[in-house]
Order: sequence, then structure tokens, then C-alpha cells
Amino acid sequence: MTPIQITIAGAILLVAVGLYGLLVSRHLIKVVIALQIMVKGAMLAIIVAGAAVGQMNLAQSIALTVIVVDTIAAVLALALIVQIKRRTGTLDAAELTQLRH
Amino acid sequence: MSLHFLILLAGLFCAAMAVRARPLTAALWLATLSALIALMLYRLGAHEVAVIELSVGAGLITVLLAFAISMAEDETMPASIVPRPFAWLLVAVAGGALLWLLLPSLPAARQLAADAPFIVQVWENRLFDLVLQMVALIAGVMGVLSLLGETRATGTTANEPTPRMEGEQ
Repeated sequence: MTPIQITIAGAILLVAVGLYGLLVSRHLIKVVIALQIMVKGAMLAIIVAGAAVGQMNLAQSIALTVIVVDTIAAVLALALIVQIKRRTGTLDAAELTQLRH
Repeated sequence: MSLHFLILLAGLFCAAMAVRARPLTAALWLATLSALIALMLYRLGAHEVAVIELSVGAGLITVLLAFAISMAEDETMPASIVPRPFAWLLVAVAGGALLWLLLPSLPAARQLAADAPFIVQVWENRLFDLVLQMVALIAGVMGVLSLLGETRATGTTANEPTPRMEGEQ
């Protein structure tokens, strides 16, 4: 395997680890952390793809967009989590069933 | 090459520990993962994004996570709803499909035309993305401000009686 292929495989494994965390976590903050891990894998894959085709600056500009959007999503999610904790007293995703009604 | 491989393995270990650990410890493992990813990006030649990832990913996000965990004061780890073998199966299928689709196509990746400088890429070629990022940033700030404003209003009503309007009976 070439170094590019190894790095892409590592990025895919990072996405897989994040997906596993997303599936098994019920704690809302752990869900945000799992999402962060998935985004880091995707960002690494974008940069490696840029290196593979010789378009590193284009890949960097796309990765910059990913970082900005990911940060905004994390900040909003954490603000919502704090509100959820204050209103419901729990961070267990399984107990947040009010949206069903 | 070996250092590159070691960084990748260390990053995967940090990710696995972040998934397994309690929230505050997981935030620290995530910060370590961000630092390792930034190091890898730097070694790949993405210097600007590496610096941004180190400052935002390992710095800002970690501080925000620690702040949210201290505000929430909840370190309990409820058991998973999805059975772990089923989760492993789903992850194996998704990861295997990605590996099967992506890895064979990489050796055939051809070098494209000459790359424009980073400044030109960001400020000219991807200007629309940049405008959308600014809109998203403003929307995010407004969202957080509205949530904090709601917190203040909730705190006021919870601790003190609502002041009556002038002329109200």
C-alpha cells in the first residue's frame, strides 16, 4: 500500500470509530465528541485527496470550510445541551422523549 | 513514512479512548487527537489548515467542551440502546464499503492542473463558500446569543416573581 492509501484507510477508520461512538453513546456530550471524531476523519481524507491530485490549496480551502461549519455546529450543540440539562435535568438522549408528542 | 504511520496509529488510539472514556476525559483525548491530526496535516503540506486545526480543534473546542461539561455537571454514562454487536456490524459494513470504494481508485488519481495559491483559492475561487461561512458564523452567534438570552430569562422567572406592568391589576 502507498502512504496515500494508508492515510486514507486511517481517515476511514477514524470515521468508523466516530460512527461507532455515535451509535453507542447516549450521553449528549459524548455524541458531540463522536461527531467531532467523524469530521476529523473526513477532513483528513480531504487533505489526503488534495495531496494525491496535487491540489493542496484547493483541499485546504475546502478543509477550512469544514472546520468553520464543524465549529459552529459544535458550539450550537453544546449551547443546546446546556439548555436541555437545565430544563430536563438529564443528558441521556433516551430520556428526551418529549419531542415524540 | 514510519513516523506518519505512528501518528496515524496514535490518532486512532486517541479516537477509541475518546469514545470509551467519560465526557471530561474524552474531551482531553479529543484534544490530543486534534493535535495529532494537525501534525499530520502539517506533514502532508497543509500548513495553514494545520495551524487552524490546532488552534480551533485542540484549543477552542476543548475549552467549550470543558465549559459545557462543567455547566452540565453530568458524568453518568448510560448504557447503549443499540446492541454493541449490531453497532460493530454497522460500522464494519460502512467502513468496509468506504475502503472498497475509495482505495482502488487512489493509485489512478491523476495530477490535475497547476494549483492556485491558497489566498486565491479562498478569496476568489471559493468566494461563495466564504460568504456562506460568514452567514453561518453570524447565524451561529445569533443562535448562541438567543440561547443565552433565554437562559437569563429563565433564571429571572425561576428565582424572582415576574414584575407587573404599570397599570396591571
